[in-house]
Amino acid sequence: MSSQLYLSSSPHVYAGDRTEQIMRGVIYALLPACGVAVYFFGLPALVTLALATFGCVGFEAACQKAMKQPVTVKDGSAALTGILLALNLPPNAPWWLTLLGAFVAIVISKQIYGGLGYNPFNPALVARVVLLISFPVQMTRWTAPAPLFSGIDAVSTATPLGQAKESVMLTGSLPSSMQGGMGDFLLGNMAGCLGEVSALALLLGGAYLLVRRIITWHIPVAYLGSTVVLAGIFWLVDGSRYPDPLFHLLTGGLMLGALFMATDMVTSPITGRGQIVYGIGCGILTVLIRLFGGYPEGVSFAILLMNAATPLIDRYTQPTKFGYVETKA
Amino acid sequence: MSVAMKNLKTFPGGLHPPDNKQWSADKPIEDCPMPDELVIPLAQHIGAPAEACVEAGELVKKGQLVGTAKGFVSVPIHASTSGEVVAVEPRPHPMGKALPAVVIKPDGEDAWLPGLQGGDPASLSPVELRDRIRDAGIVGMGGATFPAHVKLSPPEDKPIDTLILNGVECEPYLTADHRLMLERPEAILGGIAILQKILGVKRTCIGIEANKPDAIEQLTAATSDLPIEVVPLQVKYPQGAEKQLILAITGREVPSGGLPMDVGVVVQNVGTCTAIDDAVRRGLPLVERIATITGPGVVEPKNLRIRVGTSLQYLVDQCGGLKGEPAKIIMGGPMMGMAQLSLDVPATRGTSGLLLFTSENVPVRPEGPCLRCGRCVRACPARILPTTIAAYARLDLTDEAEAYHAMDCIECGCCTYSCPAALPLVQAIRGAKGAILAKRRKG
Ligand code: SF4
Ligand code: SF4
Repeated sequence: MSSQLYLSSSPHVYAGDRTEQIMRGVIYALLPACGVAVYFFGLPALVTLALATFGCVGFEAACQKAMKQPVTVKDGSAALTGILLALNLPPNAPWWLTLLGAFVAIVISKQIYGGLGYNPFNPALVARVVLLISFPVQMTRWTAPAPLFSGIDAVSTATPLGQAKESVMLTGSLPSSMQGGMGDFLLGNMAGCLGEVSALALLLGGAYLLVRRIITWHIPVAYLGSTVVLAGIFWLVDGSRYPDPLFHLLTGGLMLGALFMATDMVTSPITGRGQIVYGIGCGILTVLIRLFGGYPEGVSFAILLMNAATPLIDRYTQPTKFGYVETKA
Repeated sequence: MSVAMKNLKTFPGGLHPPDNKQWSADKPIEDCPMPDELVIPLAQHIGAPAEACVEAGELVKKGQLVGTAKGFVSVPIHASTSGEVVAVEPRPHPMGKALPAVVIKPDGEDAWLPGLQGGDPASLSPVELRDRIRDAGIVGMGGATFPAHVKLSPPEDKPIDTLILNGVECEPYLTADHRLMLERPEAILGGIAILQKILGVKRTCIGIEANKPDAIEQLTAATSDLPIEVVPLQVKYPQGAEKQLILAITGREVPSGGLPMDVGVVVQNVGTCTAIDDAVRRGLPLVERIATITGPGVVEPKNLRIRVGTSLQYLVDQCGGLKGEPAKIIMGGPMMGMAQLSLDVPATRGTSGLLLFTSENVPVRPEGPCLRCGRCVRACPARILPTTIAAYARLDLTDEAEAYHAMDCIECGCCTYSCPAALPLVQAIRGAKGAILAKRRKG
């Protein structure tokens, strides 16, 4: 029997969740949003999702093979990056744009740093921002939703945030009428990136992540909360120029960002306290960029900037260690 | 259920491993029969090992001194039955190597040494009580095996106002303390009275996890008109760790690097308490204890009263033998116990349990990179950053590991338990602690 005895030191039992289960859990949580994307944007959405996912997995495998490392695509992290990338692309992104995004995400912003766990920036967001800067035309060619089987042809339009920004830039105030109301925004009946349209589907996925304890409440609550507060202050000061907080919440990439992008474990702070600081930073930057920046949307930039601040936040938000709290005997 | 499960006291951090106590929780304590040979190690406690005072060929009685204490932080060792000393030599020890032991061939009489005499605690002074505890070789029986008399000798400048009895038993699988609280409450209360007299404390609490409602009920009833509080605690690992238990019950945090006496507290395990009662009232040295023999790898899990020195193989035989091929033999519980090379090592005064795992319970877990998921940080009861310290430890950056408070780690294993990337965190931190101590010694 001695040949079969394991001698590892304690502990001898372990929790159930492994890395691949966590990744798979996040993918499950994204399925409602993927479903809504395909429903509103049809076949092109499906093609983009598939291309991005297989692209990311393919690039990861190729990279690891080239570097003579074990291929770890089974951990699901590349597939997850692919889905997140697709959800950050416009519905009719050309195929080469999607594949280029996959390359940037996996090769440039993940594998070069040493692979999973070592990348300082969220790979899907790096890809989105690189594409946005390099190919502004293709990255901002939005189409109005054309629900599956509705027979409607996809027509070009602007995102709600884009409409608001343009109007404010041209006339100094918000447009008098917007396409769509809050109900449409909630369900996802508006123009935007694949994963940005339905707040409801994203919230459903976010709830699943919380219940499965894959994420904690800190980042989403701090992010959304600080956005609402800051946007609310501006709105109260001048409601004709600054959109109301609900509009901020339901349009653009905020939900996707706060629930799925900012909560990426690798690139966010490790303690609850740090995550609150980080979430508030994301919220403030998002509102400032949306209201005063050159781009209508600020979520990606805000999260990437806070990714950069993560090591610093981690350093200053360490837990109070046991035995350093003054208690009276 | 009479125990209110809400708002129970506890500590921050920790986790909820499946407790798996159902296998043995309802099994009354059985006396383990006499093995053919008892191997009694001279090192069974923290501190200096005892020195053998018998030679091969000598006849000894049960309870007779076979090893004398070497210094203050040390305890004497006694024969756990009557018979012939057949050898005094190094034998395989649960710590992993061969260490000096007194080997006894039982004569079957199991006759106590004549003249062992109990005393009435009421008529003995605190110093006399403490001497009896020391001479009986009593150590912390929750597994820490720290000499009990040392804890009961606080220096003048550290007044003790609170005594805490540890009946938490937060390690999964183990039920020895649980059975003891159900079956020998009078001995526990007797031990408490002795400890109260030695320490002169104002407050005495028995901490019990809420998953043992029968023990809570029984001890609450038994202490109704005594100055003793039974405190039900939240079920959470490591609730029974000394500092976490003190925090939960008193709200006091033992300072980093300090001892319970720094916050005016002494903690003793309930098993230690019964041993103290036996030592003082009945004059019996510590030669036996209760241990849980359990796990998926034994046929019939049991709680046994075992003689110190009984081989693990013999204990397993008393439980119907092995079920399947054993893949891991663990002395103690699954969170902090020690894996053994074989069943041919003796149970000691610190053996609270013997856990047998088969290959299904020993999953193959390839290590991955740290995801920074924060689970180890949230679970850490010392509130340090396990992943950061482990990363430094792997790079042999001892000073950095120390700066991140590696020395505050209590080695509870929560970090490794919770890590989805299967990183051996506590293992790495243990290594760093060793390196830090070695460095300090070099000065
Ligand atoms: S670092 Fe130490 S104290 Fe913290 S969880 Fe790991 S073993 Fe326990
Ligand atoms: S639990 Fe493991 S993967 Fe998660 S932060 Fe700690 S070391 Fe990293």
